[in-house]
Amino acid sequence: MLADLNALAALPEIVVLTAAASILLIDLFVSDDRRHVSYWLTQLTLLVAVCVTLTTLRLDAVRAYHDLVIDDMLADFLRIACFVAVSLILFYSRSYLVARGMFRGEVFVLMLFALLGMEVMITGNSLLTLYLGLELMSLSLYALVASRRDHAQSTEAAMKYFVLGALASGMLLYGMSMIYGTTGSLDLDHVARAVFTRHANPALLTLGLVFVIAGLAFKLAVVPFHMWVPDVYEGAPTPVTVLIGTAPKIAAFAMALRLLSSGLQGVSFDWQGMLIVLSVLSMVLGNLIAISQTNVKRMLAYSTIANMGYMLLGLLTADRYGYSAAMFYVVTYALTSLASFGIVMLLSREGFESDRLDDFKGLNRRSPWWAFIMLLVMFSLAGLPPTVGFYAKFMVIEAAINDGFVWLAVVAVMTSLIGAFYYLRIVKLMYFDDPVETLPIVVRGDTQLVLSVNGLLLLVLGILPQQLIGLCAIALTQSNFP
Amino acid sequence: MTPYLSLSIWVPIAAGLAVLGVGRDRDAAFARWIALIGAIAGFLVTIPLYADFDTATSAMQFVEYASWIPRFGIHYHLGVDGISVLFILLNSLMTVLVVWAGWEVITTRVAQYMAAFLIMSGLMNGVFCALDGILFYVFFEAMLIPMYLIIGVWGGPNRVYAAMKFFLYTLLGSLLMLVALIYLYSVSESFEILEWYKVPLEMGAQIPLWIAFFLAFAVKVPMWPVHTWLPDAHVEAPTGGSVVLAAITLKIGAYGFVRFILPIVPDASRYLSGFVITLSLIAVVYIGFVALVQADMKKLIAYSSISHMGFVTLGFFLYSQLGVEGALAQMLSHGFVSAAMFLCVGVMYDRMHSRQIADYGGVVNTMPKFAAFMMLFAMANAGLPGTSGFVGEFLVILAAVKANFWLGFAAAVTLILGAAYTLWMYKRVIFGPVANANVAKLTDIGRREFWLLTVLAVAVLGMGLWPKPLIDVMHVSVANLLQTVARSKL
Repeated sequence: MLADLNALAALPEIVVLTAAASILLIDLFVSDDRRHVSYWLTQLTLLVAVCVTLTTLRLDAVRAYHDLVIDDMLADFLRIACFVAVSLILFYSRSYLVARGMFRGEVFVLMLFALLGMEVMITGNSLLTLYLGLELMSLSLYALVASRRDHAQSTEAAMKYFVLGALASGMLLYGMSMIYGTTGSLDLDHVARAVFTRHANPALLTLGLVFVIAGLAFKLAVVPFHMWVPDVYEGAPTPVTVLIGTAPKIAAFAMALRLLSSGLQGVSFDWQGMLIVLSVLSMVLGNLIAISQTNVKRMLAYSTIANMGYMLLGLLTADRYGYSAAMFYVVTYALTSLASFGIVMLLSREGFESDRLDDFKGLNRRSPWWAFIMLLVMFSLAGLPPTVGFYAKFMVIEAAINDGFVWLAVVAVMTSLIGAFYYLRIVKLMYFDDPVETLPIVVRGDTQLVLSVNGLLLLVLGILPQQLIGLCAIALTQSNFP
Repeated sequence: MTPYLSLSIWVPIAAGLAVLGVGRDRDAAFARWIALIGAIAGFLVTIPLYADFDTATSAMQFVEYASWIPRFGIHYHLGVDGISVLFILLNSLMTVLVVWAGWEVITTRVAQYMAAFLIMSGLMNGVFCALDGILFYVFFEAMLIPMYLIIGVWGGPNRVYAAMKFFLYTLLGSLLMLVALIYLYSVSESFEILEWYKVPLEMGAQIPLWIAFFLAFAVKVPMWPVHTWLPDAHVEAPTGGSVVLAAITLKIGAYGFVRFILPIVPDASRYLSGFVITLSLIAVVYIGFVALVQADMKKLIAYSSISHMGFVTLGFFLYSQLGVEGALAQMLSHGFVSAAMFLCVGVMYDRMHSRQIADYGGVVNTMPKFAAFMMLFAMANAGLPGTSGFVGEFLVILAAVKANFWLGFAAAVTLILGAAYTLWMYKRVIFGPVANANVAKLTDIGRREFWLLTVLAVAVLGMGLWPKPLIDVMHVSVANLLQTVARSKL
């Protein structure tokens, strides 16, 4: 019985939970001018979590806690991606937080709890675990969005996020209850068996599936469940925006994979159709609406919507190759997105958000290096070689064509042409226009280093993508996905 | 074996990065010298490609083959045959000239300017020698980025519009090509271009593939009616940008026709050859008339480029040794001549800051040496025998007459039109009495400009008087290409 608990499988989660609770306590005894202690403890936690995940790495899948969680290569890989993402966010946002009086213990602790929720989403092997993980992440994020109490726009964004998020969670839970009702189990393995052996009531199963997909679509921010995204992105403090836009997308991808593939592969034909609609709508609307935005954060919000549409191209093929393409997409998208918000925070200072497009004017004159990094980010988002974004698009399009969806591939490339327009516009502002702002850009040394590495990684992975492509392939072949 | 092809790609790119790394805007001279040394080194490493080239075989030479992305069977596969090798030399030579041409002219952000050209040069060499579909695509797309910046940062007043139009237009075509490449991969399980020559394809697959490839390359060439980005891009681009655009970038479009369209989808190509020939003739004749009425010199040369490139696509789709060789010769010649013409306009623009023909007149009185050079290049542009422009046009017209007399007749109209628009412009700008005070103050070309134009003049005359060494290089490869094309894939 005790052996069945297999605590090692959830060791990274245990580490993060313990650390989050400890930092909450320690922070009480730290004076305001020594708040960086909490900051570095959080960073240390993330480092330890990465090391723990690496040391407990196993090639095969381990189910633990009575099959409530599963620890496989996919989980390990995506967990590490989330740890790294949160760590980078902390590096980029330090000055931003300090300047706005948000450099507080609660922020770090909430981030860690959100991270814990993501980890649970990544490792969940039961409907209930997945749902709990999602709620833990979402509740922490709602609080984080509202963490600037005196800021009306943030409060409004938090309210919107909370109401719509709760609605989506409700839908997801409702769908899960139907799946539970007809398959008789919360355990994804049992669900899968019941679906394959046709013991489940097909009508009820399809209805449940619709609600589950709607809930997932909300978390992935795909059309038509995207309404919250632009407002929350714009209203939330930038470090929270980037947190919402990166790691949770990875977690939501993992959750979608667990639910749809591990659990409901038997009805893949049904969810494939739904994902096609979501994917096409997201690619088209996301890219089209992004053109008319004047605020960088809103523009990146629509860019997220469009990019999740491309990611779905991989997911909807319902085979391992497509999944690994989607995984590569979501991980590299997170990396690119991190760098883009990193630059936005770099340009902001006390009382100045630097979130209008015009704030990028003449960046090449002010700082050729950061303009170059942003150039890489923009071309990567547009999916142009030699950046990593190209391989991401290449892989999902390849997966779609391989599955016979040539028309989807054509839609994807045509919408990415529209996308190229607004990404190019930022390059245009940075390189072709004269600066309106002449103040020098002051950046902390560690932020400079990390952001530069992050940006250059887009280029390096764009020239040598093989390792990451291989990792994504291994993660899925070792994880028993059909 | 020395990897000359890799060197021809990476030496300019490394030099470009070095310029970016060490060149400061305050110390522009340093950046210029590093750029020039890098460009010359880039040219020197391509010389063995010609010197050691075996003209007796149509197989790929100087092949480099390494695994790159095994998951998709993508390789770092380089190689050249008689069709592509000359363009690598042309491109590397042009890079030297362009760096040199921008020497005193470019004064803002010199390091970035030089770096953009060097990096682009390396990428374009990559396009010409890539034998893997994705490797080709990576170079093909990446090359847009430096050109976009060159037009947008150092261009004229309407540069933003021109740069955007250039980028989006060319991206539109190439994105569909990406779908085509991946489709070919799903059929053949390989990204090797040479494998694709052998894979059987039904007509139902060939036609969509043909359209995708055709859009990508027709935009690049550019063919009528997708040519409208070119005049805008040329007018707004700095002189160096125009030179590279006309001399090399357009050739990449034409190169795509022989490397991809003809051998990979031969049946669709034959089926649609009438369509291409019609578009080519419209480019030759109609765009020739359009060139005639231009008031802006750069625009005139841009339209003349479109018209000349019409000859290239015409030559390819005649399916004869003469036609294809003529088209390739025309590509090389146009590389020299259009570069020279744009440099000439640049020389005048640097002094007068105007490209309008109406602002000039009687330049020969103040710039006699320059007028002599421009005379030669104008004659070459009009296709005068003895200049490089004649070789390609003559061969293509010959092939066209063999195919159909009226086809040849329509193509030959270019000889009249080309002479008309080029020489009429030359007359209005150079001859006559001194038109205004600005022209009277002009100074003749300096030493740098003199040698720059001399290099091109030697090339134009050399190729015109004795084209045999160049044609010999192509001969076997073209014969082999035509054999491949003749085999049906159905």
